[in-house]
Formats: sequence, structure tokens, C-alpha cells
Amino acid sequence: MYKPIRLVPANTRIDFMRWHKPLLLVSIVLVVGSLVLLFTKGLNYGIDFAGGVLMEVQTPQNAPADLGEMRSKLDALHIGEVTLQTFGAPNDVLIRVPQQASGDKGTQEAVARIKDALGDQWQYRRTETVGPKVGEELKWGALKASILAMLGIMGYVWFRYEWQFGINALLALFHDTVTTAGLFALTGLEFNLTTVAAILTIAGYSVNDTVVIYDRIRYDMRRYKSMPLRELINTSLNSTLSRTTITSGLTLLSVLALLLFGGEAIHGFALAMTWGIVIGTYSTIYVATPLLLYMHLHRVRGKETPPKDGAAKEKPAKEPAPKSQPSAVVRR
Amino acid sequence: MLQFSKLKIGVILGIILLGCLFSAPNLIPQASLDKLPSWVPKTVINLGLDLQGGSHLLYEVDTDSFVKERLATVLDDIRDKLRHATPPIGYQNPSTAGGVVSLRVIDSSTQNADPKMTEAARPLLQQATNGMDLTIADDGQVTARYSDQALQQLRIQVVAQAIDVIRKRVDETGTKEPTIIREGEDRIVIQLPGVKDPQHIKDIIGRTAKMTFRMVDEAAMVSGQPAPTDEVLDVVDTRSNTPQKLIVQKRVTVAGENLTDAQQSFENGSQPVVAFKFDGIGAKKFGDATVQNVGKRFAIVLDGKVISAPVIKDAILGGSGIISGNFTVQSAADLALLLRAGALPANLTVIEERTVGADLGADSIAAGKLACEIAIVAIVVAMLFLYGLFGVFADIALVLNAVLILGALSLLGATLTFPGIAGMILTLGMAVDANVLILERVREEMRNGRSPVTAMEAGYREAQATIIDANATHCIATVFLFEFGSGPIKGFAITLLIGVVTSFFTSVYVTRLMTSVWLRRTRPKLLPL
Repeated sequence: MYKPIRLVPANTRIDFMRWHKPLLLVSIVLVVGSLVLLFTKGLNYGIDFAGGVLMEVQTPQNAPADLGEMRSKLDALHIGEVTLQTFGAPNDVLIRVPQQASGDKGTQEAVARIKDALGDQWQYRRTETVGPKVGEELKWGALKASILAMLGIMGYVWFRYEWQFGINALLALFHDTVTTAGLFALTGLEFNLTTVAAILTIAGYSVNDTVVIYDRIRYDMRRYKSMPLRELINTSLNSTLSRTTITSGLTLLSVLALLLFGGEAIHGFALAMTWGIVIGTYSTIYVATPLLLYMHLHRVRGKETPPKDGAAKEKPAKEPAPKSQPSAVVRR
Repeated sequence: MLQFSKLKIGVILGIILLGCLFSAPNLIPQASLDKLPSWVPKTVINLGLDLQGGSHLLYEVDTDSFVKERLATVLDDIRDKLRHATPPIGYQNPSTAGGVVSLRVIDSSTQNADPKMTEAARPLLQQATNGMDLTIADDGQVTARYSDQALQQLRIQVVAQAIDVIRKRVDETGTKEPTIIREGEDRIVIQLPGVKDPQHIKDIIGRTAKMTFRMVDEAAMVSGQPAPTDEVLDVVDTRSNTPQKLIVQKRVTVAGENLTDAQQSFENGSQPVVAFKFDGIGAKKFGDATVQNVGKRFAIVLDGKVISAPVIKDAILGGSGIISGNFTVQSAADLALLLRAGALPANLTVIEERTVGADLGADSIAAGKLACEIAIVAIVVAMLFLYGLFGVFADIALVLNAVLILGALSLLGATLTFPGIAGMILTLGMAVDANVLILERVREEMRNGRSPVTAMEAGYREAQATIIDANATHCIATVFLFEFGSGPIKGFAITLLIGVVTSFFTSVYVTRLMTSVWLRRTRPKLLPL
């Protein structure tokens, strides 16, 4: 019979916590750097938040677009700073027009005038206009949703584990979302509604990953009651290493499929997700987990349950069941 | 582990069967779908506008101006009633500032407050300010305002009316399956599937189309001095010899509400015109007015502009007529449509528009499909290599998961958007996580020297709590995403949510059933893991 391959050897003993201090520092630098970038350079808000007009047009007869000619035509309309950019193919052009001073009516007029200037021969694949009020609302809605989602996740982790875990999960989430936003600020990639969706999805993925490790740490805390926390965390990380590698690998695989074959429209989303899976996996091991070392986890001292002795003989019922109330941590 | 009650097996197989049944219509062409008997589920997944192409418009109803106008009308009404009372009642300082109708009732001869006058005015004021909070002070000071509740009622009414009118107008244009719903307090979402260029529909929706028939003040036209009861209006019809501006009475002879029908027609065989018909009241008013004003002009005013001002040659008693203006066939047909559908109660502004061409949508579907297929193949192959036979079980569960997501989306009538496809792909990647967790745990238990059956049992039991926790936290993020999101993002969130639920079912229960059958059949000494 086929013997499956093992991606990660069975009994790894990697001392993950050995590098946790320098890597925590790296994380802090990343977060602070991202915040600085967000406040100084800022995000390149796309139409959803900044408002304005976005049109995707295709040239007549699919000839390569002459951006210079298009620009002179559109500049003559005096509708603000028009940006042109080919999109996926040389005959496919994105036209961006900023918010018009005259408000919603002016924005609508701008679209009509662009269509007039280019003529009927062009194909208008997509037209989006967002007024100033809607843009502002979407911005606040996005911020609110992100914050509420993070608090909700923290609340759940708090409820299921202990407050230290909840706080750490929140810190890890903050780390992931801020650095993702920082990446967008750094690269100047357009920040849109779908980017926010990606960030919230990253939050979901990241906490999913964190919870798996936390579950394992809690389980191990009950099993090895006197093992030093540092060593225990290493044990937990090692015993879940194979799962971490395989799951993040497979999810990365599916997101890469999206990135490479999903087309231009979903590109920013897929890129954010790809980054998010990497950073989410990293933050579990080097943000959410090592911070537990500094949180004074309350552990019950007691007789150690031997890990291997007679596990085969032992009936499963005697194993500490994770569904029961956590006994290693005492609520205060 | 080995024991699965008959009931449990039945439920699991039943869910899978239902999933297949509900997702099947999506794979069958519409033509053959129509031939199937009626009990077969036929609902296919609703494609979002970003996938099937179409236009999404968000309108804001200017309820503030409506309220302002309403207050002005109330004030006009009060003044009219006071002036025409016998004896006439005087007033000063009329105002509608700050959302309050106010004036002071006085004796016009003495310019002072007079309790008798105030009492005489009381029933008139009550009549004119019906529905408002009215106060009349001893010094004759009158204020009337809408309570917050009444204001809100008014706003709701205006938006509801606007939706009615918009629906009539959109239906008249022949657009298929439009969705027109209220959003928030004063907004209206209009979704027009398949509409490539919404410009024409936007033009039609956006026009207030308030039409009135009024008399031209010929005396003022001669003197050039408009009376206080007149207003000066622009003339759209530049073709005729009338001047660019006309002095028109403010008083409305016949209002647009009295129209019963309007059609595009031709005059002199070639000139496009709009033929209209009044209802009984309108016909009578119009007839009376024309009898009294032969030789004078009457103005047809649309949204504050005169579109035509013909001279009344004879009394028009039949209650029907034509509007000739500077029309093309299209603009005459549009005006007729607007008159049939009625006027909007307030101004509308487009504050968001998203229009996607059908071919871009088709491209997105193709790209999404390709990415989906590649992701599935990659994951299936990887699981096969990583976990052998159990990888096969997980793969079967994965495919069933995709089927169930499709089935659930069809059943719920949810909308699949492009980000939704992305959500599905992501779900597939994360769905196998449950199996990875279980199988890694089983491997560990095997290392600890457990027998295949107990190792499997422990693996499923220990991993389940983790899987639930992991999925629950993921759901929290997704629920907020759904709450906040508009259109496509909502589609993404709903797909993710459904995916989390279905993947829990397939990757925990379905694989467990398969594993248990396999364990019972083969009774292996060692797991091939």
C-alpha cells in the first residue's frame, strides 16, 4: 500500500523560542514602521474611499491604446487630474478621475463627458462612480468593521481560553492587519473595499492559525504540569509544525492560483491574501505565542501526566479531554 | 469511531443528496431545465452584477428640500387663506426659517395684534397646518412645526413615493428584472441586470418631471414688469418665436397629476409631439381656463422650464391635447413616459454607480473558474501525496464541499460575486485544514503506540474541539465583513460563511463515515499514514 510522504519529520525539536526576542523586535519595527508609513505617506485610496470615477475601457478594434492621445483628449475636459493606466492588456485602459468639486452631479457629468470625448467606438467595460459622502461612509464602515471584528475575535478567545490568550490574539491580529496596511502604504497599491475584505479575511485566517496552536498549548499545559512554559511552547509548536506547514502551504497554493489565474481585477485582493497567509502564520509562532511567556500564565502545579508511558494500554477515557473546563488555568 | 447509527448515516447521506440535488440545476442548461417536472429544484445561483453585467445605482432622495418646499406651500396656503378671509386678516413677518412656519397675525388697519383677528384666524390656521404642531400666542405670533416623528413619517412617505415612481419609469423602459429597494433612511438602490449603459435610464430616473399648465401673464409681458403672483421662467423651445423668457403666473391652472395618459405622436405627419389626456377634473379646469383666455398663451412648464407656450385659439373642452416643443422622437417618447409615470416628489442624486459590461463579467467568471479548478487540482494532488488513502477521503469531502456550497447558495438564493468566487477558492484551501488537523493528530497517536481504531478515534475527538474553535473565530470575522460590506463584499462573506459550515460537515462527518466503513471492512493492523 502507498506510504504517504512526510513533509515534516515526526519528532522535530526545533527551539522556536530561541529566536523569539530578536523576532519580536522585528515585529515591533514592522508595526511601528507601518504606522509611520500610514500616518506620513498614507494609503493610496481607490475610488471606493476617495470617491471619483473609475472606468475600464477598451480601444476600438482592440488596437493598442495610445495613452498620449487619450490624455490630451481627456485633459481638454478639465475634470481634474486624469490618470490612465493599461490594465492587463495593451488595449485595456483604466481611467481614473478624482472627485469633482461640484459634487455628485459633477461626477456624473464627468462620466458623460468622457464618453462623449472618446466616442461610441470604445467599449466601456466598467464604470464606477462614488460620491464624497458614500466614500467617507465606506471608509468609516470599513474601519468600524475591522475594529469590531478584532474585538469580537478577542472576546471569543478570551471566553474560550483566558484573558492572556485573548490579548495576545488581539495583538497578533493588530500586527497582521497593520503590517498588511503598511505594505499597501509602502507599495502605493490601491486600497479599496476588496482590500479591506482581504484584511478581514486575513484576520480570520490568522486567528484560525493562532487558535490551533493555543489549543495545543492549553492541552500540553494540562499534560505537562511542571514543564517550564518556554519548553512547553516549543513542544506544542513542534507537534503542530507538520499541520502548520501543510495547511498554510495548501491555503497559499489556492491563493496563488487566484493570484496567477484570477485575472487583473482580483489581483490586489489575491496579493493581500498571499501576504496575509505568510504573515498570519509567522505571527502565530512569533507574536501570539511568545508573548504568552510574558503574561504570567497561571498554572496549576501537580503531578505530571506522563506523555508516552503506556499510552497504548491506557483507555482513551483517562486522557484529559479538551472539551472539559480548562483545569490548568485558574480563573481569577 | 466505528459505530455510526443508521439515523446518523441517513442524515449525512441525506444532506449530501440534497446538496447534489440543489446544486445540479447550475450544471444543466436552462433549456433542458425548463423541460423537467416542476418538483425538481430549478433555482440556479444568482450571479452578481459584477459577473453577469449590469448596473448598480445608489440614489439619495433630497428629503430636506422636500420638507422645505412643503413648509413654503403651507405658508403660501396660510397667506392665501388669511387674505381671502372676510374681512381679510392681516399678518407680518412670514417666514419658514429653521424648519418653522411663523408669522404674526395683526389687524391690517392698525398694524397691531388684535385678539378678534387672532380668533378669526385660528380655524384657518388649523386647517392649513394640519399634521403640524401649531401654537398661537396672545400677541398674535403663530408658529407651526413638524414633530420629529411627523418629519420622519414624511421622509418615509417621500422615499416610498419616489420608489413607486421610479419603478413605473424603469418598467416603462422595458428593463428586465430590476431591483428597486430602499436603503437606510433616504436612499434607494436600483439594480439593473444586463444594462450596459445606464445613461438613458439615469436620465429618465433623475428627472423630477413635475409638469404644470399655467397662464402666461400677457399684461406683464407687455409692460415687462412681473406681478408678485408671477414668475419669470426660461423657455426651452427656442424654435418658436417666443422670447427666451416668459412671465408666467405662479398659480397652476392644471397640474400634471390630472394627466391620465401621454403618448408620443406626430404632428403634421413628421414633427414628434406628446399627446396627452386629462382626467375629469383636469379636463374641466383646462376647459374653463381655455374658454376664458382665448387669444392668450398658456405655458406648459416642466421642472421650472417652459417647454411650449401655444396661443389658445379655441376653447379646448375634450380634455386632450398635444405638447409640441423642440422634440426628437426619443425625447418626446421620454417625456410621454415621464408624464405617464408621474412626477417624483423630491430630487434624486446618483451618489454611487457601478456598471459592469457583460463581457467583463464573462471574463471574470472564466478567470474565477480557472483559478478554482487549478486550486482544486493542486489541493487534491497534494492531499493524495501527503495522506494517501485518507487523502482520497479528504479529497472526496473537498469535492462534496464544493457541491454543498453551490447547493446552499442556490437554495438560499444568495448572490455569487467575483470576490465570492475568491471566497470559495479560499474556503477550499482552508477546508482541508480540518482533515490535516485530524490526520496529524492520528499520526501522533499512532506514534504513541495506539491501535488504528483508537488512534482514529482519538484523532477525531481531540481535533474536533480545535476545529470548532478555529471555525468559530473565523466566522466572527466573516460576520462583521457581511455586516459592513456592500454588494460584492457581502457575496464574499456569505460564501465564506457557508463554506465554513459545509466544510465542517464534510471534513469531519463525511470523512469520518468513510474512514469508519473502511476500518470495519479491512480491520487493518497498521494505518497507511
